[in-house]
Amino acid sequence: MASVEFQNISKTFGAFVAVPDISFQIADGEFICLLGPSGCGKTTSLRMIAGLETPSSGRVMIGGRDVTYLHPKDRGISMVFQDYALYPHMNIADNIAYPLKVRGEQETRRHARAKEVADVLKIGDLMKRLPSQISGGQQQRTSLARALVYPSEVYLFDEPLSNLDAKLRLEARGFLNHLQRDMGMTAVYVTHDQAEAMALATRIAVMDKGRIVQFAPPIEIYRRPATTFVANFVGNPPMNLIAVEASIGEGALHLKADGLQLAPIALTDAIAKAATSGRMTLGVRPEHLRIAEPSDRNVVSGDLFANENMGPESLVTLERGDNGRVTARIFTDDEIRVGTSVHLAFDTRHVTLFDDSGARIPAADER
Amino acid sequence: MRKRTQNIFVRRTIFAAAATFLGTIFALPLVWFIFAPFNARAELGLAIPSPFTLSNFATVFQNTFAMQALLNSLIQAAGGVVLVGGAATLAAYALSRSPIPGKGAVTYILLLFSSVVSGSAAMVPIFLIISAAGLIDTHLAVILVFAGGLLPTAMFILRDFIDAIPRSYEESAMVAGASPLQAFFDVALPVIRPGIVVVVVWAFVNIWGSFLIPFILLRSDKLMPASVAIYSFYSEAGTPIVTLLAAYSLIYSLPVIALYLFVNWKFGFRFFGGIKS
Repeated sequence: MASVEFQNISKTFGAFVAVPDISFQIADGEFICLLGPSGCGKTTSLRMIAGLETPSSGRVMIGGRDVTYLHPKDRGISMVFQDYALYPHMNIADNIAYPLKVRGEQETRRHARAKEVADVLKIGDLMKRLPSQISGGQQQRTSLARALVYPSEVYLFDEPLSNLDAKLRLEARGFLNHLQRDMGMTAVYVTHDQAEAMALATRIAVMDKGRIVQFAPPIEIYRRPATTFVANFVGNPPMNLIAVEASIGEGALHLKADGLQLAPIALTDAIAKAATSGRMTLGVRPEHLRIAEPSDRNVVSGDLFANENMGPESLVTLERGDNGRVTARIFTDDEIRVGTSVHLAFDTRHVTLFDDSGARIPAADER
Repeated sequence: MRKRTQNIFVRRTIFAAAATFLGTIFALPLVWFIFAPFNARAELGLAIPSPFTLSNFATVFQNTFAMQALLNSLIQAAGGVVLVGGAATLAAYALSRSPIPGKGAVTYILLLFSSVVSGSAAMVPIFLIISAAGLIDTHLAVILVFAGGLLPTAMFILRDFIDAIPRSYEESAMVAGASPLQAFFDVALPVIRPGIVVVVVWAFVNIWGSFLIPFILLRSDKLMPASVAIYSFYSEAGTPIVTLLAAYSLIYSLPVIALYLFVNWKFGFRFFGGIKS
């Protein structure tokens, strides 16, 4: 296992700038998720670690070694591809054993090793089949087995679960999590699915337009999203964001928006500074909203838009006067009865504030 | 309602009759081609041989010039196929996988010129070039000219085929430790093979049936291919000796049919698709 480092990496394709300039360090044994919408440069970044793309400038280091211009085969890496890239003319055993074949391992030994790995992944009885003769989930595990069959410094995953159906995806995700705990592998995992990133990563790099917006442990990303972009990307459903008018009066912050009723918020220096623009964004997570009681002081109100029962929880969505929607996750065994107008309450401590530019304003208890 | 079914019935009948008529017109020469070689009194009209006889074949087999020509055809076709297959595979792979700018234009321009090279318009310059190279009256001359003419189209077909194969095959091989050469031979080539087979069969059929190029580039009888030798079954006056011509034509077409059957049995004219995604 080894560390990975990007030093001022940029990558352009003709006139298109995929990655303007990123630097980051991944410590030995970390499981990093590169999370972002399609076209944000996450796959390009991964391919530069693999050596399948060459950076336009900057250096890639693996285990302290400069590998920027090294051929993929010399980097000591494993990779699982989105389309699995199983060789259609080889059976499962030969597919899994291929990395050992190019390393000059003799046939009986490499097949024995392939069988070992395949058994762990519960595909040991498919060894004589062709890739076209097994299911999508089995293909996915075959490609994983091929990546695990030889010792590797860094494991790279390019959206490995995105071609699976929902149930298989959960199962595979759990297995990858188990594997990470078991092996303590250094891994870089590209995904656009925030749930996968939250479940697997020790740290998440949220990317947007080729830049890393926030690089932090999942819980940090979740609790203290650096920008409205991150807040809107992480969480299912994501954080509710309400554009508000900000003003300072009587030593407190007053926020105004259609359908919003909010007690004044205590001032800090950061809040005072951000309030000068007059505009802020208020964020509150769906799970921190509840059906309002008459005594509640912080309430957002609107017309009922949707009421989706998910089993353990219900997603209640209201539409405010200016068409902004707010969704709440309501955990109750009782059937929720809401009329045409809905009132959702929340606590001030669950409020996240973002300034005019979308950056989060630090809360009073942060230094 | 009934009127309508009747209407459909009439229309179907007319369609079937027309299709049968057209089909018959196209089938007649083929039927003639199968019957005539076994008929000692075959003429241009269609007739069922009575009795069936192999005497036509016996006469043809005694014609050493014609027999040698079949072997020459085989040499020229095999040489051309190997050259076209090998070169087209390498060129198409490079054109498909490398980031050379303007590679699409290169392929199209070559494609455009290829119809000129093997066409009759270029016969004089081709003759002059081959003559200057001192290759007149050699198998190599025929093989080279065919290869030049067929390569662009072969490259075009194969490049399209390789483009459709995900790069992740070779990429995964290289990440797993394979050199580019290993990735090509272990992973890419087996996946491309059905495409190569199509190109090889196409090139073989093209060379096998071509008359003009060997006719112009070759002098001596012992090098002429079957497509030229077939004229030895014409009388001095230029009228075909139908019986022998039919028998020789059947023999001449057998290798192509055999190649098709072999390829179909061994590889099948099918493509390994990528995987569903």
